[in-house]
Amino acid sequence: MKRESLREAYGQALVEAGKRNKDVVVLEADLGKSTRSCLFEEIFPDRYFEMSIAEQNMASTAAGLALVGKIPFIHSFAVFATGRAYDQIRQAIAIPRLNVKICGSSCGLSDFGDGSTHQSIEDVALMSAIPNMVVLVPADAVETKKMVEAMVKYKGPVYIRINRNDLPVYTPENLEYEIGRMYTLREGKDVVVFANGVMVSRAMEAAEILQREGISIEVVNVSTVKPLDVDTLVEKVRNFKGAVIAEEHSIIGGLGSAIALALCKRKVNVPLEFVAIEDKFGTSASNYEELLVHYGLSVENICEKVKSLI
Amino acid sequence: MESNELIKYLERKALQLRYYILEMIGVGKAGHLGGSSSCAEIVATLYFHWMNIDPNNPYDPNRDRFLLSKGHAALVQYAALAELGYFPIEELKKVKTLGGMLQGHPDMKTTPGVEANTGSLGQGLSIALGMALGLRLDGRKSRVYVILGDGELAEGQVWEAAMAASHYKVDNLVAFVDKNGVQATGPVEERLNSNPLAPKWSAFGWHVIEIDGHSIKEILEALKEANNIKGRPTVIIAHTVKGKGFSFAEHNAAFHNGILTEEQYLIAKRELEKLMQGDER
Repeated sequence: MKRESLREAYGQALVEAGKRNKDVVVLEADLGKSTRSCLFEEIFPDRYFEMSIAEQNMASTAAGLALVGKIPFIHSFAVFATGRAYDQIRQAIAIPRLNVKICGSSCGLSDFGDGSTHQSIEDVALMSAIPNMVVLVPADAVETKKMVEAMVKYKGPVYIRINRNDLPVYTPENLEYEIGRMYTLREGKDVVVFANGVMVSRAMEAAEILQREGISIEVVNVSTVKPLDVDTLVEKVRNFKGAVIAEEHSIIGGLGSAIALALCKRKVNVPLEFVAIEDKFGTSASNYEELLVHYGLSVENICEKVKSLI
Repeated sequence: MESNELIKYLERKALQLRYYILEMIGVGKAGHLGGSSSCAEIVATLYFHWMNIDPNNPYDPNRDRFLLSKGHAALVQYAALAELGYFPIEELKKVKTLGGMLQGHPDMKTTPGVEANTGSLGQGLSIALGMALGLRLDGRKSRVYVILGDGELAEGQVWEAAMAASHYKVDNLVAFVDKNGVQATGPVEERLNSNPLAPKWSAFGWHVIEIDGHSIKEILEALKEANNIKGRPTVIIAHTVKGKGFSFAEHNAAFHNGILTEEQYLIAKRELEKLMQGDER
């Protein structure tokens, strides 16, 4: 499976968006080399604002730019983009539903070396809890590009969290992507796995392993956490013995919570299992894989949860 | 208008704004009397004379923008917008009620003429900066005016914005500091001293003007001066009196968001009416 950088894809997509739409402007908090917003700066220096290490000012300034008709994209590591500027995003951007796009880069545990201060395990919960906010979690580079394009077209605040590491590409180049839809990547018969972000590739690997053991799983990429594609969700789960939800996020307030709540509200009774980070902060590690295993986000963890439903 | 006539006209508008503020608070209800009345002259000058705005064409992209960063003083802004005809005067009675157009803090989605959601303190200058940058990108002549409270300056974000505004040389941005010296729990100097203000702003790269914030003449002169400053933003530090125009409330933290007794309401009404009539002679 070819692996590609989501960050690079994001930066390139931003440049493409800037070429197509002169109202696209970019604000950065001194992490442009990491988030790859620096690619935009190279081409459009006049529409690129280095706001430096001041995320709150960056978020509110973006609100002001949106108020005069711009489409601002703001950037930082996911933990700072959401947590450091939470009040600014809530008050100045989300309440009036302004057209600001928030990019949380190096999300989840993907900044493996930097430890708990730099790892965002609750950003999806924070952003999902804000009314009017759309929350996107791309699984790979191809999906990232499609998302950025859709974000420019969508009018309103959007949060996108981007993995720091290169990930296998499963999204077909010809997919007609839409915000708010979930996409089946592999069909199966026994158990359905809903996943997003890095966990999509892990679920696909788990499917291969389980196939050899005679277990057939369906893998669905739920890259829009909010608004959740509830109709498709309900239709899907009815055909399976149970569902596993896999995400690189706290078990509280992420995709698992969103799906459980939606099924509960629709009175759909189906056994659920969760592959997520228990109520814990991150920690440093020498590589990403080591961390994913440590926090129970391995391919084996998915296989175990699937088997527990059969 | 001749300058003396203009000054009288704007002084009268400021009194009118205070009268509406009083009517909106009424008897037995909490309302931000102190911070609304301290900036009445600044608001009156901007809205009724200085800014390029048109209530009949409220979304003209070339209009000037006004932001009340100290959003708890919303009453003075609502009074000005109603008086200008952005919405009927009757709406003022329904301030802070369920489904009302006038929320407790400025909300652009419910109130015509309000340009941004403000009131979570410390954010207005950043939003104004974003507007100023965007308007400049589009080559528009519009200017952005924002009023901050002196208590609000404790928010670190104000200084993030101050630094960025001078870095980006936004000379289409003018900030007023409504320096009434009193925050919610007492005098700013005693609660957390933000003085000296002028050297702080100056060190952050701003052109600084200090005025008596109740003098229309000085407000007008400062605005003229700000218009001619190129390559950096201007801050007008306006020395004001919290609760100005309400004898019992002046300099008094109790009326930051106080409740008026019937007696206080009647005193205030009498005093204001007297001033307004006196003005007509």
